[in-house]
Order: sequence, then C-alpha cells, then structure tokens
Amino acid sequence: MMNNKTKRGDVLLSIKGLKIQGFSDEKWHDIINGIDLTLHAGEVLGLIGESGAGKSTLGLAAMGYTQPGCRITEGEIIFDGVDLAKLSDSEKRKFWGNRMTYVAQSAAASFNPARRLIVQTTASTIRAGIKSRQDAYDDAKQLYDVLNLPDPDNIGDRYPHQVSGGQLQRVMTAMAMSPRPDLLVFDEPTTALDVTTQVEVLASMRSIVQEFNTAAIYITHDLAVVAQMADVIKVLRYGSEVEEAPTREMLIAPKQEYTKSLWSVRALEKPQQEAQASVLSLKGIDASYGSAKVLNNVNIEIPKGSTVAIVGESGSGKSTAARVITGLLPQKSGIVRFDGEDLPPELARRSKEQKRRIQMIYQMADTAMNPRQTVREIIGRPLDFYLGIRGAAQTRRVTDLLEMIELDASFMERLPAELSGGQKQRICIARALAAEPDFIICDEVTSALDQIVQEGILKLLMRLQEELGLTYMFITHDISTVNAIADQVVVMNQGEVVEQGLKTDVFQPPHPDYTALLLSSVPEMDPDWLTNLIGKRADAGH
Amino acid sequence: MGAATLFVVSIIIFSAMELLPGDFGETILGQAATEETVAAFRRELGLDQPAVVRYGQWVVAVLQGDLGTSFSGRNASGTDRSREVVDLVIPRLRNTLFLASMAALVAVPLSLFLGISTALYRNSFYDRSVNTATLTTISFPEFFVAYILILFLSSLNSVFPSLANVDANTHFGERIYRAALPALTLTLVIVAHMMRMTRAAIINLLASPYIQMARLSGASPTEVILKHALPNAWAPIATVIAFNLAYLVVGVVVVEVVFVYPGIGQLMVDAVASRDIPVVQGCALIFAITYILLNLTADIIGIVTNPRLLHPK
Repeated sequence: MMNNKTKRGDVLLSIKGLKIQGFSDEKWHDIINGIDLTLHAGEVLGLIGESGAGKSTLGLAAMGYTQPGCRITEGEIIFDGVDLAKLSDSEKRKFWGNRMTYVAQSAAASFNPARRLIVQTTASTIRAGIKSRQDAYDDAKQLYDVLNLPDPDNIGDRYPHQVSGGQLQRVMTAMAMSPRPDLLVFDEPTTALDVTTQVEVLASMRSIVQEFNTAAIYITHDLAVVAQMADVIKVLRYGSEVEEAPTREMLIAPKQEYTKSLWSVRALEKPQQEAQASVLSLKGIDASYGSAKVLNNVNIEIPKGSTVAIVGESGSGKSTAARVITGLLPQKSGIVRFDGEDLPPELARRSKEQKRRIQMIYQMADTAMNPRQTVREIIGRPLDFYLGIRGAAQTRRVTDLLEMIELDASFMERLPAELSGGQKQRICIARALAAEPDFIICDEVTSALDQIVQEGILKLLMRLQEELGLTYMFITHDISTVNAIADQVVVMNQGEVVEQGLKTDVFQPPHPDYTALLLSSVPEMDPDWLTNLIGKRADAGH
Repeated sequence: MGAATLFVVSIIIFSAMELLPGDFGETILGQAATEETVAAFRRELGLDQPAVVRYGQWVVAVLQGDLGTSFSGRNASGTDRSREVVDLVIPRLRNTLFLASMAALVAVPLSLFLGISTALYRNSFYDRSVNTATLTTISFPEFFVAYILILFLSSLNSVFPSLANVDANTHFGERIYRAALPALTLTLVIVAHMMRMTRAAIINLLASPYIQMARLSGASPTEVILKHALPNAWAPIATVIAFNLAYLVVGVVVVEVVFVYPGIGQLMVDAVASRDIPVVQGCALIFAITYILLNLTADIIGIVTNPRLLHPK
C-alpha cells in the first residue's frame, strides 16, 4: 500500500545547476540562478530567505512544477532516478498528488470553495489508485485524528469556509499526507496563522512527517519556525544559495554576513521609558459592528512620548480600538480623551485640528496610497489640507519630510508602483508626519515586510519619536516587534484588555493565563523549543 | 426587490408615453380635423384627464390582468372593432417566446461548450479560430447576418424559407422549420457574448491558488476546468446568459422585421408609429417583466451555486 521505495538515508531528490527564469516587463529575468540541492529520504530541509529570494519557486521546482510565466532553462531535478525537468506535464502528473505533495501558504485560498473537505483530501489518492474510495476516506479520518482536528469523523463533510484557518491548514496537511508521499513541500504553511494556532499546527505537522518518515522541504521566512522543523537549513538570496548547514550548526555559527544580519534583527531592543502623564485614554469603551460586539469595556492609557504596543491575535479587537480612536467607528459607550479634551465619537464632528493631531499608518502601504498620485501629491495633500502649505513652500516641506524618512528628493515624482515595499511604508510615514501630529497609530506597519526591511522601519520610527517627541500606539501580533520598540504593552483577547503596563512588567511572570499562552507560543531560535513546549503543555494538561 | 423595480419601471414607461410627441387623436383624424372633433375623440379615450389619474387607473387595471383596450378601431372611426391589448399581445408574445426558446436551446449549450473548450485549450489555434469566428458574427449588424443567411440558405440553396410567417394554425414541426433562419441569426448574434464570458470567467479562476493546488495534486487540465473552475464560475456565467436571454425576447425587432415574423417586437414598433399608447405600454411592461424575472433567476443561480450561502457556518 505504501509506495515508499526509498529507505531513510538514500538520496531522494537531487537538483543540480538549476536555473529558472520568469517573464515580466516584456523580458525574461533570472529567478533561480544555478542552485544545487540534495534531499535524503526522511529528511526535512528548511529553505529560508526574504521575499523574492526564489524559495517558493525552488520549492515548486523540486516537484518539477513551474508557475505560469516561468521556465526552467538549465539543470536537472532528479527525483528517485527520474529527471523531472525532462518530463511532460502528463508524465509529471503521475508524481503529483502521489509521490510528492504540496502544502500551500494560504489554506483558505488553496481549497476549492465548492467541494467538501474530505473529497479534496482524498481526490489525488483515489485518482492515483493507491486506495479505494472507502479506504481513502477511512484513512483521511485517521489522519484528521492524528492532526488533532476536532470531530475527525465528520469534519471532512464540511466546506472550507466552515472551519477555521488553523484547522484548514491541518486538513491540507492531511490531504498532502493521504497518498503517503515520499516528498512533501511546505510553502510557508503557518505564515497566515496566529501564534497560538501556529504552535499546534507546527507540532502536528512535525509529528506526522516523523511518523511516516516523509522527506520534506519547509519554506519560510521565519527563522525560529524553521529551527523547529528542519534537519538542514539552506539560506537563499536573489535566487542563489548563501549557505547550507545542519540546523544547530547554522543557528549557533552562521558563516555568511547575510545570514548573520538575518539573525541580528531579533536582537533589536528599545530602552524602556518610564510612564509619564497620559496623552490619550480610552475609558470604558464598548463598540460593535452591527450586532456583533467587538470591544467590551476597554480601558487603555497611553503616556505622552511613549510607544504603547497593543498585542493580540486576529479578532482580539486591537484594530477596532484604533478605529474608535480615529473616529472611523463611533463607540457605543465610553470616552476617548485626548490631551485633556473628550473627542466626539463621530469623525464628522471632530475639528480639523483634532483630526490633524491623530494620524494613522496602515499595514498595507500598497493599498493605503492612491496608485495614480506621485509621492509629491501623496505627501503634499495633508500639508495643504491641515496646514495650508502650497506651492514652493510645499515642495520645500516635502523635501524635508523625504529627508526625514531617509529618502532623497528624486523620489518626489515617483508613483507608488515604482517603490519597494519598505519605501512605500516610508512614504506612508512621511504622509502621517506631514500633518505634524502628536499621536500616530501604527497598525501592523511591519508585518507585510521582510525582516531586514522591518528593522529599518522600526529604527526610523524610533528615531522620529526621539526627534519629534511623538507618541505611538503600535498594533501588532508579533512579540519580537514589541520587544524592539515598546515601552508599554497592552494585551488584548476577544475584545477585552487582558493585561497592561510597562513592558518589563507584562513580560515577566506571573501572567494571566492568556498572556502566558501568547508569550509561550512565540517561536524561539532554539531547535528544542517546540519539543520542550509541547512536553510542558502535555504535563500541565495531565 | 423585483416588485419595487417593476413599480419604478411602470412609472418610467408611463412618463415616456407622456413625452412622446404627437397624439393619437391628431394622428388618426388627420390635419384637417377640427379642434372639437379631436377634443371629443380624446375624451372618449380618456386622454383629457390628468396624467396622474390615468396612471392610477392603468396600474389598477394592470394589477387585475387588464392591459386596456387598443386605441385603433374605436367607435369614433366607424363601428367598434377595437381589441383588448391582452388579446393582441398574447399570441405575439407566444411567437416571440417560441423563437427565443429555439435560439436559446441551441445557443446556450453551444456557447457553454465553446467557452469551456476554449478555456481548456486557451491560446491554441482552436481557441483563436473560435474567438475570431464568434467575434465576426457579433460584429456584423443583425440584419446583415440575417440577409447573408437568407442568401446562402434560402436563395442560393433553398434549405429554409426566407419568410417566417407563422400563425396560430401552423403546427409545431412547421413552426420550427419556418423559424429556423431567424433562430440561427439570433444564435450567431448571442453566442459570442456568452461564450467569451464563460471563457473569461473560467480563465479568471485559473489564477486562484486552489487551481494551482489542484494541478499540484495531479489533476488533469480537463478535471481542473470541470471540477475546480466551473463550479465556482456559475454566477457570472448565469448573469450573462440571463442578459442574452432577455435580449432574445426584447431585442429581436430587427430580426422579426427581416423575416416578417409576427413577434411582439414588431407589434410594439407598429403601435409606437400609430401612437397606440395602451399597446406600447403593455409591450414595454412585458419586456420589463422579462428582464426582471431573468435577472432574478440569474441571482438565484448565483446564490445556489455559492457554497458560502448554501452551507452557512
């Protein structure tokens, strides 16, 4: 029944001198330039790198698959003695969903919304003739059980939108495991999940890979995650290999400068400021979307000149709190007090001056800017609107602001599409600064960015705070970002504040239950972290 | 929702009638008629009352299934030969629906087949030829397509008759035979739109992550399209089909004229020419109902094929 012909230790996959090109802007660009890769049966290889490093392309190429608009120009991909690069699509289909399977980043988007989960879980196994329909269904239910899914006998009858993101990701792992493949490619499988969910998904993925002794390629940009999963780590940059080493060796002693710089981002830490008088306070805020209550008696104090991090998972109400402060979502009850005066709940009733003093920076810099406006227009608009600065004075001021965010005046006439992700976020920061605010809400401003770029943005924000005496409310789900920038921390869960205070106090035990769960779920760079955590939680459970 | 739309449409139809230049009395009685005659004639038809009152009367009557009485053939012009609008419209509507169903039965399956197969073999020679061919037929005006068909299938090779004059006594087989050319013309005109939309809806979905996932689990291109893309593409496809079916009912005037087919479009055109307001209003109302019902059907198909709405959490 099992189609594993390979034994542990044999070379399962060997890629030699692989080059892949992608077609864009009317010409072919190199995406992968000459990579070698060897994977033994039963081994887990971690591929890490920033966006654009070619890690997903390489992961898919390991299955002989190239995305539309890409082509393999050179090299061989030998899987169990067969060169996949030379096979036709219909020949490769005999391997896909059979001897090699794939787990995608966004489970929600990767399941067909119109078909039941168990049908999708078992489709390839039945098609390949590995198991009969009945056996495949029974096996899928067992896999659901092994992966700790609730109600394993019936969850497969549901449609994708009827289960949570973490559950879907595990169903997809079951789907990948159903034909008992020799090779499993995980493409950022936990990136879209909350940390507390991520732990469970990681643990079940790891145990199932070990149980069936499946070789895997694990693609991620998160070092701490890859440290838990991989036996060997390969670092990629610009489509080339930077270095490869066994996981422990790589974590203790990375050889290349680039690898070291990836490691160093996590070390960023802000010296903590003592609390001063509050510039903004939320008192007893209740808010709801229609009939769904999202904030329940929220009290938050934000001291002047400090950075307050609001931490919580998706659905905890942290972005809603920001919407209440800015007036986009008027509260049902409670008071928003800013610099001694109560702000009217509705945006329309706030004065221009009140609006000017509170600015916001968004997660997706891409969608927060009008793609048809130049940088000059984007930054110039608040200058004109709030401060009445026009003409030559405006140009001078835009130049100053660009300098403040470490970009030169040559960016003035560019459109958003001509900027990198980090530059776009810098322009959004400049736009917020243009209004000369006292208080800036940063809503997940770094979570769409690569680690090195994140570091730059965080450093910039801290420098601006020092120079201009700004107060930040920093919404994030990433604890390492909190470490890097926060003075105060507010932990939110399901619309309520669980804990708040100085960072040092909140991050030190004793914790309320939820804070403890959240903090312990943040992956650490220790390869034994997951094993120890699971062990501890199991002990606590007994 | 549909009823509200219908109400608004009825107001628009009625107001449009008010805006029509000229009046039935003057048209019928001619320039030589004295003012008294025209006034008497208008009084008989009820045209002397204010518009709001007439609208009210009309709506109440329509709700009771009475579309009024045609202005033509009234007492004033001799003996009373006037006919109920319903009696005028129903047989014509039946003819139009017959022609529309005939065209739809050919066109819808054909365009679905072409749309799916061109999506499957996209950018192939087959795809390009089908696209070019359907684009060609949609680019020509309908009457041109109609005359070309008459030339080749009727004049040069007498396969079908060039006149599609049917009446109540024509039996079914004969009807199909006579309506073949107009149905073919309509098919050629609407296939392009439906086929291209089907193709586009499917290809649009091919960029979805779940399509890549299906391919990576070894599904063949046919399976990807039929099992993964098509079930999620029904909503846009149903909308465009509904739009074209509505066109088959309300937009076929030209084709009816060319083939002298006694459909409702021709009736309406004649009625507009003679300012026969009750008939025009009746036809317009039927067109509006057709549009609204078909769009409602498309919306329902969109909901029924959406698993999120069909299987709530």
